[in-house]
Amino acid sequence: MPTDVEKWKSETYGNEIREHLMEFAEGGWESIPEDEHDAWFERFKWWGLYHQRNGQESYFMMRIGTPNGVLTPGQLRVVGEIADEYARGPGENPEFGAAYCDWTTRQSIQLHWIRLEDIPDIFEKLEANDLSTQQACGDSWRNIVGCPVAGKDSNEFVDALPVAMNLHDTFKGDDDHTNLPRKWKVSVTGCREGCGQGDINDLAFEPAEKDGRKGFNVRVGGGLARNEPRLARDIDVFVEPEDANEVAGGMSALFREHGNREDRYSARIKFLVDEWGTEKIRDVLQEEFVDFELETAGEDLRDEYTYNSGRATGGHHDHVGVHEQNDGNYYVGLNVLVGRMGVDDTLELADLADEYGSGEVRLTQRQNVLVTDVPEEDLDDLLAEPLLEDYSPDPHPFMRGSIACTGTEFCSLSIVETKNRQVRYARWLKENVELPDGVENFHIHLSGCTASCAQPQIADISLRGMKTRKDGEAVEALDIGLGGGLGEDPRFADWVGQRVPADEVPGAIGNLLASFEERREGEESFRDFVERSDEETLEVLIEPEETSYEDPYMHNTKLTWYPYAEEDSMDDSPAPASADGTPITSDD
Amino acid sequence: MAVSLRTLDDGAWVSVEDERRVGASELWYVTGVCDCEVADFVVEGITDVDVDGRTIAAETYGTCIRCGRSVTTDPVPVGRLVDGAFEPLAAEAVRIPWGDSVGWQVSPVSGTSGDD
Repeated sequence: MPTDVEKWKSETYGNEIREHLMEFAEGGWESIPEDEHDAWFERFKWWGLYHQRNGQESYFMMRIGTPNGVLTPGQLRVVGEIADEYARGPGENPEFGAAYCDWTTRQSIQLHWIRLEDIPDIFEKLEANDLSTQQACGDSWRNIVGCPVAGKDSNEFVDALPVAMNLHDTFKGDDDHTNLPRKWKVSVTGCREGCGQGDINDLAFEPAEKDGRKGFNVRVGGGLARNEPRLARDIDVFVEPEDANEVAGGMSALFREHGNREDRYSARIKFLVDEWGTEKIRDVLQEEFVDFELETAGEDLRDEYTYNSGRATGGHHDHVGVHEQNDGNYYVGLNVLVGRMGVDDTLELADLADEYGSGEVRLTQRQNVLVTDVPEEDLDDLLAEPLLEDYSPDPHPFMRGSIACTGTEFCSLSIVETKNRQVRYARWLKENVELPDGVENFHIHLSGCTASCAQPQIADISLRGMKTRKDGEAVEALDIGLGGGLGEDPRFADWVGQRVPADEVPGAIGNLLASFEERREGEESFRDFVERSDEETLEVLIEPEETSYEDPYMHNTKLTWYPYAEEDSMDDSPAPASADGTPITSDD
Repeated sequence: MAVSLRTLDDGAWVSVEDERRVGASELWYVTGVCDCEVADFVVEGITDVDVDGRTIAAETYGTCIRCGRSVTTDPVPVGRLVDGAFEPLAAEAVRIPWGDSVGWQVSPVSGTSGDD
């Protein structure tokens, strides 16, 4: 029997949701019939709006999709201005202030505390500047990701940017691909480093060559969520750039027709690839969904992949730093700790991008931002700007390697507080823990739950929300995984540390790194060390320990209306609220 | 009277009458899901919701933080309907999954809340 979500989607979905959204915006929160909340909140996701968690009723997270992470000149300022005007809620974050922008691991933007009544104005401003929230969430084509310097990379194999943009233009708003069984995540990579992270996407175009022609090999069925991580699998197809749309549309249609609509937990295409195998996927794609003869795979570049690989050798692992572009200009990759920037900093960055570059800014899958098109003669002046002290192009590895998801601040699924905690972890580790010689990249990803929004399984140290009891009290805790990474031979982390109280995690990392240094063979990377060690040994090397690190979020942050509020109990919640922020009382 | 029940947001909630009433990521005391007398169970996700008479139950997956076992559970009671309104179970209730018997005890059994 189809799920309720499928029933709601069959009644109203896709572009037509917008009209209803505008009507509800006019009437305010209370105009949504109480017995239709579930249906409308589910549908609103298609337009990038996700209702915030318990205690924050009437407030929404808004996601803006930026294909391939590209913000064209002027767009960053627009996003900053919208955040400044509309993303201020009743709670203030102690690290980031009252309004901020989140740069996500899918090169998108998230704003919080958005009110329904402000949606028309926000949409008008976004669309006047060629930005949109369309299909940023929901069961459809999500933001298309790729190497964030596609088209500008001096070492690029094939320009993937036109392919990504073409997919975006074709499949955003296309009624035939509006309603899929679940989310559909697509990656297009054209660089030699594997920066598109195709391995963890539903559909991946990866750089390849066949008979002297440059194009892409196709992989299908990658993903990290729900304790069921899969690497995308090779379906033995080579496609030239001009045919990518047809193959992508064919795969999307195959998923639409054959994906599981009875059980949302089994709906992702990774499970269909498990069930059918790659040969059948290819056969059905060919026979039912593509009009031309598919070519067999070409020669790929995977042995050159370095991005987020955890290996010590060659290539770049992220886009932080100063790098030459293919036109002789430079891009400057700024480290944004846990991907969050206050609005004042966002607007300042927009000014700097205008002043020193073309005004374009790009977002990476490691939650960082790049200022592009900077002439060589302006580099020193840009690097001397005070803003770059906080968002350094040459950060300490613990700052550079940190990624965190949204956590219990807003998310219903998360088990623990994440962003502020990871900020504190990174600062403490920087001050108190030495990395072994030559280790310049060290990735620590903190995800609040098994949904894996922080991509924990592909980090050197993977942290995942859990709980435990300490001195009889339930406290926030983390499971610890080790040795994940992409690259030529991608590998998911082994979860070897269980239920470590959150305040003992920095000590555990410090002890683990000390053991790594002691046992390290030559210049080997942490990932190599993990791979040659057995699980029992690694488990012993994780020694949780209380240190000078203090964690203010050990209580159950999920049971607060907002974890950082002075009066944080659910009863103190000012939600739901009307357009001006006035709480709506139940006796109204 | 028909009551609307469903899971929402990728298993984050049990919704009763279009209201998010029971959330994932909480700690429940549950019997029979691992070798512990009473599991101290972190609900990582809710996969389905069911009803038997007035009792509403959720199928979940999660981890016992005493023994570390990760399990998928039979329906575990989360609350009941009283005069048409949903009453959630108290946090300290011990929940007995369906398959054993339907129900719960109001107080934790001894030794369930220590750091043993």
